[in-house]
Amino acid sequence: MSFFEVKNIYKSFGNAQILKGINFTLEKGEVVSIIGSSGSGKTTLLRCLNFLEFADMGTINIGGEEIYNAQKNYNDAELRANRLHFGLVFQSFNLFPQYSALKNVQLALDLQTKERLQKQKASKAELKEALAKNMQIATDLLEKVGLGNKIKNYPCELSGGQCQRVAIARALALKPEILCFDEPTSALDPELTGEVLRVIKDLRSAERGMVIVTHEMEFAREVSDKIIFMADGVIEEMGAPEQIFENPTRAKTKSFLKNYVHR
Amino acid sequence: MDFIIILQNLLNGFGNTVLLFAITLIAALPLGLLIAFGSMSKFIPIKAFCRGLVWVIRGTPLLLQVLLVTLVPFYVFNIGNTEIISFLGIKMKTLLFSYACLAFIINYGCYFSEIIRGAIESVPKGQFEAGKVLGMTKGQIFRKVILFQVIKKSLAPASNEIITLVKDTALASIAGVIELYTSAEHLVNQFIVLTPLLYAAIFYLIFNGVLTLLFAYLEKKMSFYKE
Repeated sequence: MSFFEVKNIYKSFGNAQILKGINFTLEKGEVVSIIGSSGSGKTTLLRCLNFLEFADMGTINIGGEEIYNAQKNYNDAELRANRLHFGLVFQSFNLFPQYSALKNVQLALDLQTKERLQKQKASKAELKEALAKNMQIATDLLEKVGLGNKIKNYPCELSGGQCQRVAIARALALKPEILCFDEPTSALDPELTGEVLRVIKDLRSAERGMVIVTHEMEFAREVSDKIIFMADGVIEEMGAPEQIFENPTRAKTKSFLKNYVHR
Repeated sequence: MDFIIILQNLLNGFGNTVLLFAITLIAALPLGLLIAFGSMSKFIPIKAFCRGLVWVIRGTPLLLQVLLVTLVPFYVFNIGNTEIISFLGIKMKTLLFSYACLAFIINYGCYFSEIIRGAIESVPKGQFEAGKVLGMTKGQIFRKVILFQVIKKSLAPASNEIITLVKDTALASIAGVIELYTSAEHLVNQFIVLTPLLYAAIFYLIFNGVLTLLFAYLEKKMSFYKE
């Protein structure tokens, strides 16, 4: 049994069947990259994993626990709790514009701390101490993504690459077990993609698994343990990077990769 | 001597204008937020009610609405104003003023609701989604992420509406409220001079001048970030 198991995920919007039975597994410490042309369902799959959309069929397990089953109904509190297994870095960053980089990273953590301590009826001093600790965590994370000198800046004062690094730090703050990236460099100028990809590469850690939807083939090959090639809502081919990039077996994979090489 | 009397009367009227303005503003903003939520509700009856209300209120003159509110107790519930004031132990002046307030609050609540709804809907979907994936509750997302952006987006259109409100207070005269404009009109009839109207205009201008400066200040305060 794997740490993270996605079984038989189906999703349609109206008459359009977007996902047609997705199955894959991931261990902690592993990185899987999902490649494929636009409209193949990559982003929808990530959104289903983070419960921004709800799969019509299928189950999702983490650590042997079923956290999503399309047959069941979940209330808001359960969804919230289950979402916390995951982190998501968006293509368009979605930073909160009215908060500094530090506050962006710290906000969700603070809200959770406050909620927890209120339940425990903790004193004001304890709360203050816990919030100071959060601030330290957030500062450390921003330093880790190379933005230690930008913690007070607002998103509008940062470049796209810096914004995306803040967004990565923000996702890390909640210590997700599965960290997802939805085309993290697609909204960036070409010269800014490198800094973001370097940061993502450094995130490889035994503490978490990572699922990366990307169009950066070189990066995917370098960073991943496993590549998933999606086409028309199914996993057309899955395997080690060397196998997928050097010896693709399926015709669709071959033609997709050929287009990329010739671009 | 006349000048002093005119000024005193105008100041009394101006006091009513400011009071009506302030009460309307304080009550209509939260009401607007409520109606905005209602208009976006997934529960169809609430949504239909709120959209219908906005349609009726924005589609008819405020003057008519003020008049209607003053007539409702008698013509709908068959209760006269004298009965109400003796029951509540208030002055007739206060009752009429309350009617005007009620009509203004509903009217401006509807206008504000559309401004707020537009602002909420123009906040990018990604902001809500980012809050969700960070495990925030709906309430937390609204209070901590969306609200401030909504206030910033609403400021310019709301300031427009608020300046209009200053001048619309003149319509309370139909309910028998002696506000700035009506007191000026009474003075014109009393002294057979037109200057009170000019003075009233100056009062309105100064009031709106102050508001304009205030809004400029707030906008500057909130311009520390761009989208």
